[in-house]
Amino acid sequence: MEYLIGIQGPDFVLVAADTVAASSIIQMKHDYDKMFKLSEKILLLCVGEAGDTVQFAEYIQKNVQLYKMRNGYELSPAAAANFTRKNLADYLRSRTPYHVNLLLAGFDEADGPSLYYMDYLSALAKAPFAAHGYGAFLTLSILDRYYRPDLSRDEAVDLLKKCVEELNKRFILNLKSFSVRLIDREGIHDLERLPLPQQ
Amino acid sequence: MYDFGDARSAGKTSGNALELYVPVLDYLSQSPINFGQIASNTLPSHPPLFQSPTPLSPSCLPVSIPLLSSSIPPSPSVPLPFPLSHGTTTLAFFQHGVIVAVDSRATAGSYIASQTVKKVIEINPYLLGTMAGGAADCSFWERLLARQCRVYELRNKERISVAAASKLLANMVYQYKGMGLSMGTMVCGWDKRGPGLYYVDSEGNRVGGDLFAVGSGSMYAYGVVDSGLRPELSVEEACELGRRAIYQATYRDAYSGGVVNLYRVHSQGWERVSQDDVLQLHQQYKAEAGCL
Repeated sequence: MEYLIGIQGPDFVLVAADTVAASSIIQMKHDYDKMFKLSEKILLLCVGEAGDTVQFAEYIQKNVQLYKMRNGYELSPAAAANFTRKNLADYLRSRTPYHVNLLLAGFDEADGPSLYYMDYLSALAKAPFAAHGYGAFLTLSILDRYYRPDLSRDEAVDLLKKCVEELNKRFILNLKSFSVRLIDREGIHDLERLPLPQQ
Repeated sequence: MYDFGDARSAGKTSGNALELYVPVLDYLSQSPINFGQIASNTLPSHPPLFQSPTPLSPSCLPVSIPLLSSSIPPSPSVPLPFPLSHGTTTLAFFQHGVIVAVDSRATAGSYIASQTVKKVIEINPYLLGTMAGGAADCSFWERLLARQCRVYELRNKERISVAAASKLLANMVYQYKGMGLSMGTMVCGWDKRGPGLYYVDSEGNRVGGDLFAVGSGSMYAYGVVDSGLRPELSVEEACELGRRAIYQATYRDAYSGGVVNLYRVHSQGWERVSQDDVLQLHQQYKAEAGCL
């Protein structure tokens, strides 16, 4: 029911998540933010079981901040992704596994932009584009067809809009709005929320 | 055959009607080793959302969406002597502070155990908690929350915020996730940021907003409040909207009823606005509709 998408460009990462917090068949909140800011240039997008999402994401968030306080410098996106994966893996075979699916997006001074796909079984993959949720079935092929490594920011937003249009057209659930953020050398920028296209 | 009631005849083969049956025995027949273990793979109430490797089939969307009126709690590790019920309707929304409206019916299966349950728990003079789900779970944990809020006040010499109080409650019940707690509560209050409203439940959800309805009758209540809510309502109109929404929910939902208790939280704290029997409301609204 929830949807996450990330697209990496040559010097930026574009991420979007739907903004519905649902419980059974009711939408409890229409403007819920599923992105957690780990540091100035790293975002963690987290969906999954109720409670597990916020608890796990906040745990990772606080630990990344703690690393910065202790050592004086921040974890890189690659390090943060592996740290997250290790935590997820450690809890996987315990009595309290976290059932969460994640996208981690970040910008490193040295390595540039990066996007990591992580699922609840603690698989980690660095990918040029990725999506989670039922909506991923509909949109991954669009990303396969139209993605290029040298997308400009506007082209990436257009690609994102193509995906959202497909969801509005074919997905059985009404995912009305999406929060969209872009990470580049300057940090994290909020782009305007994607609304429903006028029918 | 005499029937001595659900609790005693549940699970028993028909035998001598005079045989004494002690429900405790059944309760303990489950191995104590299994108690409290989180069998998250077998939880029936969570729809199969993230089984991504399986190919899409027509039935891949959750076919049996767990309705809030289901009387079976999600965890299989805690056996219960009789079916508890989450039947209730509670709602809260922002309008001149926070308007909180609840019904007062408690059910055990199809038996109405009480029509006079207090489903609003007064945590402190400016914080209210609503009760939906297991009554014992709600009142116990909210009482514990009241204690934690008081400790916060003593330590920090200032009142706790609604966000912090709801986070305390959410973290407390998250420890027991999967162990059979059943609680869907709204923490409503007024702090220095203004009115605050958070929904917290035993699944681990904690979400802030300006309108929530919780319980088996919540869908009916949402319909009435969503269509009647406007930004320029007066205090009396807002209270009437809350009252009407609960009444409509009790009309349609078998597990809600009794009286409608209405509270309002404003900058000076909470106040009890009214208590109206649902049957009297029915006569009143019918008369009003008849006059039109």
